[in-house]
Amino acid sequence: MSFFARFAQNRGALVGLIILLVIIAMAILAPLLFPESPWRMVQRPFLPPLSQDGFPLGTDTMGRNVASGLMHGAWVSLLIGLVSTSVALLIGVPLGAIAGYYGGIIDDVLMRFTEFFQTIPNFALAIVLVAIMQPSITSIVLAIAIVSWPPVARLVRAEFMSLRNREYVEAARLVGQSNTTIILRQILPNTLSPIIVLASLMVATAILLESALSFLGLGDPNVMSWGYMIGAARTVIRQAWWLSFFPGVAILLTVLALNLVGEGLDDALNPKLSRER
Amino acid sequence: MNEASTETVLSIRDLNVALPKGADRALAVEDVSYEVKRGEIMCVVGESGSGKSMAANAVMGLLPKGVRATQGEILFEGQNLLALTEKQHRALRGLKIGMIFQEPMTALNPLMRVGAQIAEVFEAHGQFTAKERQDRALELLIEVGIPQPEKAIRAYPFELSGGQRQRVMIAMALALEPILLIADEPTTALDVTTQAQILELIRDLQQRRGMSVMFITHDFGVVAEIANRVCVMRHGQIVELGEAKAVLENPQDSYTQALIAAIPSNAVPPHRETSQVAPLLEIKQLNKVFRSRGGLFKPAREVRALEDVSLTLARGETVGIVGESGSGKSTLGRCVVRLEHPDSGELLLDGVNLSQLKGDALRRERHRVQMIFQDPYASLNPRTKVGMAIAQGPIANGTSKATALKQAGELLDMVGLGASAVERFPHEFSGGQRQRIGIARALALNPELIVADEAVSALDVSIQAQVLELLEELKQRLSLSLLFITHDLRVAAHICDRIVVMQHGRIVEQGSAEQIFLAPREAYTQDLLKAIPGREAPVAATA
Repeated sequence: MSFFARFAQNRGALVGLIILLVIIAMAILAPLLFPESPWRMVQRPFLPPLSQDGFPLGTDTMGRNVASGLMHGAWVSLLIGLVSTSVALLIGVPLGAIAGYYGGIIDDVLMRFTEFFQTIPNFALAIVLVAIMQPSITSIVLAIAIVSWPPVARLVRAEFMSLRNREYVEAARLVGQSNTTIILRQILPNTLSPIIVLASLMVATAILLESALSFLGLGDPNVMSWGYMIGAARTVIRQAWWLSFFPGVAILLTVLALNLVGEGLDDALNPKLSRER
Repeated sequence: MNEASTETVLSIRDLNVALPKGADRALAVEDVSYEVKRGEIMCVVGESGSGKSMAANAVMGLLPKGVRATQGEILFEGQNLLALTEKQHRALRGLKIGMIFQEPMTALNPLMRVGAQIAEVFEAHGQFTAKERQDRALELLIEVGIPQPEKAIRAYPFELSGGQRQRVMIAMALALEPILLIADEPTTALDVTTQAQILELIRDLQQRRGMSVMFITHDFGVVAEIANRVCVMRHGQIVELGEAKAVLENPQDSYTQALIAAIPSNAVPPHRETSQVAPLLEIKQLNKVFRSRGGLFKPAREVRALEDVSLTLARGETVGIVGESGSGKSTLGRCVVRLEHPDSGELLLDGVNLSQLKGDALRRERHRVQMIFQDPYASLNPRTKVGMAIAQGPIANGTSKATALKQAGELLDMVGLGASAVERFPHEFSGGQRQRIGIARALALNPELIVADEAVSALDVSIQAQVLELLEELKQRLSLSLLFITHDLRVAAHICDRIVVMQHGRIVEQGSAEQIFLAPREAYTQDLLKAIPGREAPVAATA
C-alpha cells in the first residue's frame, strides 16, 4: 500500500489535509483576488459582514477589508508557524537525542542549558528577542523558535532514554553499528509519533505567539497577520464581533487541520497500524 | 492428595465466548464444558491463545471489553453467573470466588502497605472493624507463610520478593474464605524454587480448607505436581479432559501427546562427548559491581553481580548457565557480548582479551560474539523490515546493501521462514517466528560464539521445542559454540553439553550436564533439581 493510501485511510487526516490545502490556496490566491494592500482603507469602518458587495466579511476599525486581511494573513501565519516549528525541531531534536542517548555528563550539561531557556517565561523572552532584533518576519520566526525548542528537547530526551536500552537497540550495538547510525536508524524512527503530535501543536502555539507579538505591536509592520487582526479588534469585540471572529476561526481551523494531518502522518508512518487496518 | 468428593462446585456448560470482530478467530472459547468438584484442583492447560484464561475471566465476570459470552451457562451454587448483574457479581468476587493473578509485581498497589491491601478486601465486603481487619490480615500472612509477618504487614510491595508478593496475593484471595480459588498462571513469573514453594502452599491451603481450585497453566510439569483433574485446551476447544494421572500417563489426543513430548526432557540428559580441543572462550576472574548513585538522604547501593567468575568454553561446545533471577547469569552473558563493561578480569576469545576493549577497537571485534535475546517482541525494531534488521550487521561491517539483503534472505530460509520474509515487518510474525528472525540476525555476521540469553523462555513449550531443535541443528551445521543462559533446568538438560550453576554472582558448581543432573555435588544444585515441577512424575521419566 502506498504511503498516501495509508494516510488516506484515516478520514480525519484527509479532512485536515483538505482544510490545510484550502488555507494554502487562500494564501496563494490572495494577491490575485485582492490585489490591493490589505492595509489600505477602502470603505467606512465597522461595516458588518455581507452588508455590502465586495466586502463579504465587512471592514475593520480603520475601514480595511477583513476578507483581504484574512487571505493575506494566511500566508504569514502559516509561514511563521511552519518555519519556526521546523527551526525549533532542528534545535530540539538533536539536543534531546544526544542528551538522552549518551546520558551522564553530556546529558547534565545539555539539560542545564535547556533549563536555562525554560526558566525564562516564553513570552517575555520572545518579546525581548524581537525587540532587540527589530520586528521583522525573520526575527519573529527566530524568536518563536528559540522559545519553543526546550519542550522538544525534553520530549526527545525522555523517549531516547526509554528506548536506548531496548533489546533491538542493544542488538544493533552488538552487530557493530555506530552510535550515529543507531540514533538515526534505530531510535529516532520510533520517537516520531510523539514528535509529530508535539510539532503539530507547536505550529498552533507559534501562530498564537505571533498573534500575541503583533498584538503588542511587535509584529512585522509590512505584513498583515491573523494575530494582528485579532489584536487590533480586541478593544471593539462587543461592537464588532466579526473582526476577531473570522481570524479566530481561521487560526482554529489551521490548528485543527495540522493536528489531524499530524495524526494521519503518524498512522501512515507506523508499520503496525498500516497493515492491520 | 485428598479424595475429591463428587459434589460439583462450579460447572461450565457449552460455553461460547465471542471475540470482537477482526480478531484472529470468532470464538475465544467454543463449546467448553467442564466441572470443578469440591476439594479438587482442576488444571486448565493450554498454550497461549488457547482460550484457557477466558473461561476463568467469564467466571469472575472480568471479560475484557468487547468480549462476550454468547452461549451456555456457568453454574456456581445453583446460580448462573452469566446472568448476574455487575453488582451481584461484585458481591460474589472475593467472597465466594478468589483469584490469583500471574504478575505479583503488578497485581499489588505499589503505594499501599501490604496489611492495608489485605484489609481492603474485608472493607470491600463490609466486614469487621478496622482493628479486626488488621488482626485478620496478620493471621492470613502467617497462614501463607511469609517470613516475619509482623514486619511484612507494614511493608510496601516493592520491599518484598516476587514469591512473597505472590503469597500476599494468595492471602488476599483467601481472606474471605472462598469456596473456589481461581489461579491464573500464578507461578509463571517465579523462579523454580519459589514456584515449588508456592505450589506446595496452594496445595496445602486447598487441603486444609477443603477449597476447590481452578488452576490455569501452560506447564505440564506443574500439572503433574498439583492437579487432580486436567482439562487440555487448544484453539478455544477442549481436546482432552480427565483424571490428571490418566492424562499424563496415557494421553489420548495427539495434541496432548505432542505437548507432553515437547517438554524438554528432565530425566537423564544424553551422554555427550566433551571435546578436549583448545578453549574458544576463557573467562578468568570476572567481576562486576553495580553501583547506584546515592542521594542526599540515601546511601549508595552496591550489588555484586559477578564475583570471580571463571569458566571456559570449547569450540563447538554448548555451555549452559543456570541460575535463579539475581544470580548474575544474565550479567555474565552481557559481559561476554560486552553490553556491560566488566570491572576486572579477562575475557579471552581465542586469545584476544575482549574485556578491556573500547570504542572502535571493540566495534571491530563485535561480530565475533553475537547474542540471541529473550523477548522476541522487544528485540526487533518495530519500524525496521525483517530483512534490514538482519542485514544491518553486515552493512555496518562493510558489506554492500544488496549483498547483505540477499544473505538475509538466505539466512531466513535457513531458519525456516522463507526468503520472502525479508520485506515484512516484525509484527506480522508470531513469537516463535520472531525468535527465528533473532537467530538469523545473530548468524548474519558468522560469529564464533553465540550467547543465548533465555532465548526460549518466552515461548510456548511446543514452539520452544522447535526453536531448540533449530539451534541444535544450526550449531552442528555451522560448528558454533553456544553460551546458553536459562533459568529452566529442563531446557538446559536438553541442549547443553556442560552446565554451570550460578547463585548470588558466584559459580556454585560446574560439570557435564550428565553429572549435574545425576550426581549434583552442591546442596543448591540439588535444591534446584528438586524444585523442577513434575520431576518425580512419570511424565518426566518417559519423556
